[in-house]
Amino acid sequence: MNKLAWFYFPARLAWRQLIFDRSKLVAAICGVLFACVLVFMQLGFKDSLYASAASAPVKLSGDLFLMHKQSEAMWRPIQFKRSELMRVLGNPAVAEAYPLYLGLAPLKNIKTQVKRTLMVYGFDPDSLIFNLDEIKNKRHELRLKDTVLFDEYSRPEFGPMRSLLEAGRNVTEINDYKVNIVGLFRLGVSFAADGNVMTSDLNFMRIFPRRNLSEIDMGVIKLHPGAPVQQVKAELRSQLNEFVNIFSYEELLKYEKDYWANTAPIGFIFGFGTVMGWVVGLVIVYQILFTDIANHRNEFATLKAMGYEHGYFVRLVFASAFFLAVLGFIPGYVLSLGLYHLAESQMYMPMPMLWSKIITVFLFILSMCVMAGLLAIRKLKDANPADMF
Amino acid sequence: MPAVIDVEHLDFSFGSGALTQPVLKDITLSIRKGEIVLITGPSGSGKTTFLTIIGGLRQAFHGSVKVLDQQLINSSEQVKVKARQQIGYIFQQHNLLKSLSALQNVSMTLEMGNALTEQQRRDRSAEALIAVGLGDRLDYKPGQLSGGQLQRVSIARALVGQPKIILADEPTASLDKQSGYEAVSLLKRLAKESQTAILLVTHDYRILDIADRVVELEDGVIKSV
Ligand SMILES: Nc1ncnc2c1ncn2[C@@H]1O[C@H](COP(=O)(O)OP(=O)(O)OP(=O)(O)O)[C@@H](O)[C@H]1O
Ligand SMILES: [Mg+2]
Repeated sequence: MNKLAWFYFPARLAWRQLIFDRSKLVAAICGVLFACVLVFMQLGFKDSLYASAASAPVKLSGDLFLMHKQSEAMWRPIQFKRSELMRVLGNPAVAEAYPLYLGLAPLKNIKTQVKRTLMVYGFDPDSLIFNLDEIKNKRHELRLKDTVLFDEYSRPEFGPMRSLLEAGRNVTEINDYKVNIVGLFRLGVSFAADGNVMTSDLNFMRIFPRRNLSEIDMGVIKLHPGAPVQQVKAELRSQLNEFVNIFSYEELLKYEKDYWANTAPIGFIFGFGTVMGWVVGLVIVYQILFTDIANHRNEFATLKAMGYEHGYFVRLVFASAFFLAVLGFIPGYVLSLGLYHLAESQMYMPMPMLWSKIITVFLFILSMCVMAGLLAIRKLKDANPADMF
Repeated sequence: MPAVIDVEHLDFSFGSGALTQPVLKDITLSIRKGEIVLITGPSGSGKTTFLTIIGGLRQAFHGSVKVLDQQLINSSEQVKVKARQQIGYIFQQHNLLKSLSALQNVSMTLEMGNALTEQQRRDRSAEALIAVGLGDRLDYKPGQLSGGQLQRVSIARALVGQPKIILADEPTASLDKQSGYEAVSLLKRLAKESQTAILLVTHDYRILDIADRVVELEDGVIKSV
């Protein structure tokens, strides 16, 4: 009973005081809700960014990957010699090694003729370095001259490709070079590219006349089944030149994500936005708690005169902070859920509302409210019981 | 009868150094169990200051102030808090919590660390409110009660914990003549029933007749007992 009373009584009084003034409560909830939505959106966009940044490597099928040391990310690669990749075939654990060519180029919308940049992947159609059934199925068509596959999940600005293809309108230009779209696949957009196109290595050279087959952007290595990936990686590391990076699949994903998180200013912008949401919410909640204590100063002083201890009021303030956090979080979560759906349907960004994110944001909001409480309790000193007479 | 309040040679001043302003000078006063003592005196004579020291709300450093056998001179915060819990207060303003109903306000006295159940607290608070004639106003908020009713709620709040001492500072100041007198007579009746000592500051000469004893304070000195 006493343990319970220790927190229950001040919490109950905090609750009664909160619900007594409804209009102020609504204002307070709006403040927390605002911070909550801000943080949800920042985190959502950030995760979406990282998820989509890694959407290209996610479908890659290989055990080890080579990239130039200076390649910051797949969307802005530095080329290296194909012969460097082929040296790995000397290792007995290596089964196959395939070059991957990458380039950004404008694609002309078949309907509107407007050009927009997308990512072009060039590779040997028989290599199966992408884990996508559509590409496996279309590998014969891809071997023909001037054929490409188009990513159905590209942004809609490239045109309604599926219905255009069904209507037989499959000719367009990439980099001002005429190509036939012979099929669709599903990969997804990233912050670097609004769409994707896959083609054979030979067609890639036709689209990018200044590139040549011996300068590759990435090497995809497949090992014999059961080969120890990290051990082979270490062996290759000692054999290959300094200027190439060797990644396992997971390392490649992490490398791509880290680029967006750290190197690109975008990661910083979202981090900054999150912190700003926290600070703004903190100021709002602090302001609310502070004026609340000021308004209840006489009441608190009366209770102190009756024998209530300082700790009681500290618990009361923190209980208020907790209630505000919960009351603001619930509508904030619902609103954010709606905005996430809006972003997914309107902006084609993957924005899943994960449990981990819900918990993260709640803890974030809670820490914000607790911090506001910590700042506000100094105001309790103003409640002096001797002034009550 | 044993003394519940025993003050000897109490000196108190506000400020320090050259700005020191003596307010209470060599006060000696003893109040027995169940005794009703009124303090009167001109404005600024130190009546409120005296009350706050006895109530453990203000720290004094010279002399002796024993409240229920606890020495309050140079005492720790804990000792003062303990003293406060054993005393019932009635303020000039009612000082009720405006977000709580009359019943909840009275219950606040009982919520301090004793082992009653919620139901027992409700029952005792309701009894106290019935005793002050507010049995039909249990769930009213302060905003819905008149001044006299509010002061009666605060009397119930002071009495419900069955304190041995009640301190009241001009409890009738915000009331008209009639309800002021009624409130104080009620206080007297209930206090006599439970043998509670009352120390009451007032300017209101109409209520002097409720007292067992009247003490007059002038310039920090007790003039007549
Ligand atoms: N917090 C304070 N700081 C400094 N001086 C104070 C303080 N409170 C009261 N005083 C001074 O102490 C003296 C006594 O004040 P007190 O409030 O005890 O008088 P009182 O007898 O209750 O007067 P009243 O009848 O007007 O209520 C006054 O001169 C007042 O100016
Ligand atoms: Mg006074």
